[in-house]
Amino acid sequence: MEKTLPKIEIIEKYCKGCHICVEFCPTKVLEMKGFVVAVKNLEACIKCMQCELRCPDFAIKVSAE
Amino acid sequence: MAFDYEKYLRPGKLPHIWCPGCGHGIVMKGLIRAMDTLKLDMKNTAIVSGIGCASRLPGYIDCCTLHTAHGRAAAFATGVKMAKPEMNVILCGGDGDGTAIGGNHFIHACRRNIDMTYIIMNNYIYGMTGGQFSPCTPTGHKASTTPYGNPDPGFDIAKLAIGAGATFVARGTAFHANQIDKLIVEAIQHKGFSVVEILDDCPTTYGRRNKYKSVIEMMNRLKEVAVPVKAAEKMTAEQLKGKVLTGVLYKEEKPEYTEEFAKVIERAKASK
Repeated sequence: MEKTLPKIEIIEKYCKGCHICVEFCPTKVLEMKGFVVAVKNLEACIKCMQCELRCPDFAIKVSAE
Repeated sequence: MAFDYEKYLRPGKLPHIWCPGCGHGIVMKGLIRAMDTLKLDMKNTAIVSGIGCASRLPGYIDCCTLHTAHGRAAAFATGVKMAKPEMNVILCGGDGDGTAIGGNHFIHACRRNIDMTYIIMNNYIYGMTGGQFSPCTPTGHKASTTPYGNPDPGFDIAKLAIGAGATFVARGTAFHANQIDKLIVEAIQHKGFSVVEILDDCPTTYGRRNKYKSVIEMMNRLKEVAVPVKAAEKMTAEQLKGKVLTGVLYKEEKPEYTEEFAKVIERAKASK
């Protein structure tokens, strides 16, 4: 079965660069790009939604079908 | 699909005022998910708060909201509930607001067992007013007004609430984000005064003074100290030293205040 990739939407104007999502992502999908978060390796995403759940700033949305 | 938080937020309010890494945003998301799970009618739900960082929360959620005087959330909320007993009343605030300045209102709201839910975000400090020590600052820790360490022993909010007569007491942490909404759902469903204490982090005024290098370190501390109630049953007193129990800590059924008060009104009418 082909793996469907989730869509990770980052709202950069809301991100305050607290690192929580980068640090607690179990597969290290995210990275810091300057002051805001960016997707580094979407392939590794396991759709656990921990980044969306823990982002205090409403800046990450993960859509998984 | 991604959870649609914006449906519950007032338009144009984001980004919020909380500092980078502050757990209040995580708690607000938990509250929104809980409101979504219970399908609460926004026109029939009131969120009441006092003053402080945590008390800014009602400003963002699009329902009936009331931002009151410092520590007086419980007093105003009691008024709302007595006037409109059918309304869902949720209180929120910090540890300083709830247990020091509003300590008296808090214990008496617990004692009356009025059907409201109090979410206390315990970040161990007065954040907004400049990092003064609160009754929850642990002994020996530093704040702007205790630069040589706090000599006072701290409050255990959950024990205080149980002792004062609250009928539902739970505790969670900002790290265990999945648990927050489940605790709040159970608290809102409970008939009577329910207290949900969420251990939080304040990197700006507390972490900085107490040698926490980053928000991550503060979050990891919450992860380490939290022990679920069921797991704690199998642990020895020595293993539990320095740990904090999380989950539903106390639950009982008692007569609810607005219902009892309605009976008083009936009795008064009948005696005329």
